[in-house]
Amino acid sequence: MSSNQVIHALYDDDDVLLSAVKSIREKKYHIEEVYTPFPVHGLDKVLGLDETRISIMAFIYGCIGFLVSILMMNYIMIEDWPQNIGGKPSFSYLENMPAFVPIMFEMTVFFAAHLMVITFYLRSKLWPFKEAENPNPLTTDDKFLIEIELHDNEKELNKLLKESGAIDITTIEKKGDYE
Amino acid sequence: MYTFTNKLRNFSISMMVVGFLGLAYGFLTAPDSLEEATAMVADAHHAEGHVDAHDDHENENKADFQEAENHHSVSAHGAEHGDDHHGEHLLNQLQNKPWAALYVAAFFFMMIALGTLAFYAINRAAQAGWSPALFRIMEGITAYLLPGALIVFVILVLSGMHFNHLFIWMDPEVVANDELIQGKVSFLNVPGFLMRALIYIGGWATYRYYSRKFSLAQDQASDGSNHKKNFRISAGFLVFFIVTESMMSWDWIMSIDPHWFSTLFGWYVFASMFVSGVTAIALITIYLKSKGYLEKVNDSHIHDLGKFMFGISIFWTYLWFSQFMLIWYSNIPEEVTYFITRIEDYNLPFFGMLVMNFIFPLLILMNSEYKRLNYFIVMAGIVILLGHYIDVFNMIMPSAVGDQWFIGLAEIGGFLFFLGLFIFVVFKEISKAPLHAVGDPFMGESERFHY
Repeated sequence: MSSNQVIHALYDDDDVLLSAVKSIREKKYHIEEVYTPFPVHGLDKVLGLDETRISIMAFIYGCIGFLVSILMMNYIMIEDWPQNIGGKPSFSYLENMPAFVPIMFEMTVFFAAHLMVITFYLRSKLWPFKEAENPNPLTTDDKFLIEIELHDNEKELNKLLKESGAIDITTIEKKGDYE
Repeated sequence: MYTFTNKLRNFSISMMVVGFLGLAYGFLTAPDSLEEATAMVADAHHAEGHVDAHDDHENENKADFQEAENHHSVSAHGAEHGDDHHGEHLLNQLQNKPWAALYVAAFFFMMIALGTLAFYAINRAAQAGWSPALFRIMEGITAYLLPGALIVFVILVLSGMHFNHLFIWMDPEVVANDELIQGKVSFLNVPGFLMRALIYIGGWATYRYYSRKFSLAQDQASDGSNHKKNFRISAGFLVFFIVTESMMSWDWIMSIDPHWFSTLFGWYVFASMFVSGVTAIALITIYLKSKGYLEKVNDSHIHDLGKFMFGISIFWTYLWFSQFMLIWYSNIPEEVTYFITRIEDYNLPFFGMLVMNFIFPLLILMNSEYKRLNYFIVMAGIVILLGHYIDVFNMIMPSAVGDQWFIGLAEIGGFLFFLGLFIFVVFKEISKAPLHAVGDPFMGESERFHY
C-alpha cells in the first residue's frame, strides 16, 4: 500500500469548487473529502453522495415526541391529578384534547429537533472537545479544500487541478487512519 | 399561444348548464309557505322511520329533531320570538337553502381568484425570481375576479332587497328585537354594506386591470418601466388588499352570524383563499404542461407551488385552531354557540374538512420528492380545493339553514355552475396572450430556476 500520500487542492470560490469537483470526477479520480467553511449548495449532488436519511429519522422522532406528549399529558392532567380544564370537568383526554394540542405540537418539534441534532453529531463523529479533522485552518475562514488520494499519478492530477482553478496544490504524507 | 379548445369550452358550458339545472331545482323546490316547510321536514323523518321499520324510532327521531330545533333557535337568535317561531324559522331556513348553496359556490370561486391575485401581487412586490414563468397563469385566474365578485355583489344586493334571509341583520323586524344588532347598526346597514362591497371590488379590479396591462406592455417594451410600475402598484395593492380582505370577510361572511365575532377571522379567510389560489395555479399549470404548453416551467416550479400548498395548509390549520381553541376554552355562551352548532349539526363536514385541509396535505406533501410528482400535486390539490369549499360551506350554512343542511342537487349544482364559469373565463383569458411573459426582466432567472 503506497497510498499514504494525498494531494490537497485549495480553492477560493464555491462555484469554481463545484466545477472542479465535476471535472475531477469526470476523470474518475476518487475524491477523499472536501472541506468547506460553509455548506455549498449542490456539492453533495456533484460529489455523488447518498441522499441523507435524516428526514426519515426526523419523522420518526417527531412521532415519538407526539406519543410522549400524549402519554405525559394524560398522566399529568387526567390520571395523576385530574384537572378541571376550561370549566369542563370531563376528566377525559379526548374531550380535553384541544387544550393539549399546543403541548403535543411543541413536544413533536422538540423531540424532532433535538434528536435530529444529536443524530447528526453522532453520525458525523462530532462531540465536545473533539480535535478538528480539517487539514488546513483556512477552510474555517474563506477557502475550500479538496483531498484526493494519490496513486503514482501526481503529475496528471496536478495539471488537472491547476486547470480547474486551484490556487494552491500540496502533496502530503498522511499518518494514522490509513492501513 | 394557447387556444381555448372546443372540447374544454363545451365541457365548461355543459357544467354550467348542469349546474344551472341543479340550482333551478333547488329554487323551485324551496317551500313557499309554513305548511309546506313543516310537511317537508315531517316527510323526511317519516321516511327515515320507515326505513328502520321501528315505530319507536320514529318518535325518537321527532324528539331529537325538536330538541335540535330548540337548541338552534336559542343559540342563533336568542329567545326573542313568539310561539310560531319554530315554524317560521324553519321556513326561513328552507327558503335560504338554495340561496346559501348559490352564495357558497359563488364566494368560493371568487375567493380562488382573489387569493391568486394576492399571490400574484406578492410575487410582483417581492420581485420574485422563480415565478415569472407562471405570471400568465395567475393573470388568467384573476380574470375571474371581476365577474365572480360582481355575481357575489348581485347576491348581496338581492339579500338587501329581502329576496332571501341570509343576513338576518338586514331584516328590520329582527333588528327591532335585538339589542346586540342595534348596537352594530352604524356598521351593519344595507347602504353602507353595499357601498363597502363596491369599494373592495372596485379596488381589486382596478389593480388587476392595470397590472395585466403593464404585464402585457412589458412584453413589447425595450426598458423596464412597465415592470417598475407593476412593482409599485402591487406594493400599494397589498396594503389595500389586507384591509379590504379583512373587512370583506366581516361583511360577507361573519355578519351572517351578527352576534358572533372573531378577531382573526380576516386572516382565517385569507389563509383559505390563499391556499385555494395557489392550488388553482398548480392545477392549471399542470394541465397546460400536460398539453405541451409552458415550456419554461420545470418541476422545480411545481415543487415550489407544492411547498406553498403544504405551508399555507398548515398556516390555515394554525389559524383555524387558534380561533377554535380560544373560543372552546373560554366557553363564553355568545361565542361558543358558533362552534356548538357546527359540532352538533355539522359534525362530518366540520371535522372532515380538517382531515382534507390539514392531515391529508400534511402527509401527502411532506416528502420533498412527492412535491415534484404531478399526480401527487393534483391529488392533494383536488382534496384541498374541495376541503376549502367545505370550509366556506361551514362558515355560511350553519347560520343560514341551521340543521337543515344537505349536500344535494342545489349545492352540487352551484359548485358545478361556478366551476364551469371559472374554467370558461380563466381559459379564455389565458388564450388571449402568450403563455410566457417573455419581457419580464426576471424571466431568465425563472427559466433557469432549479431547486
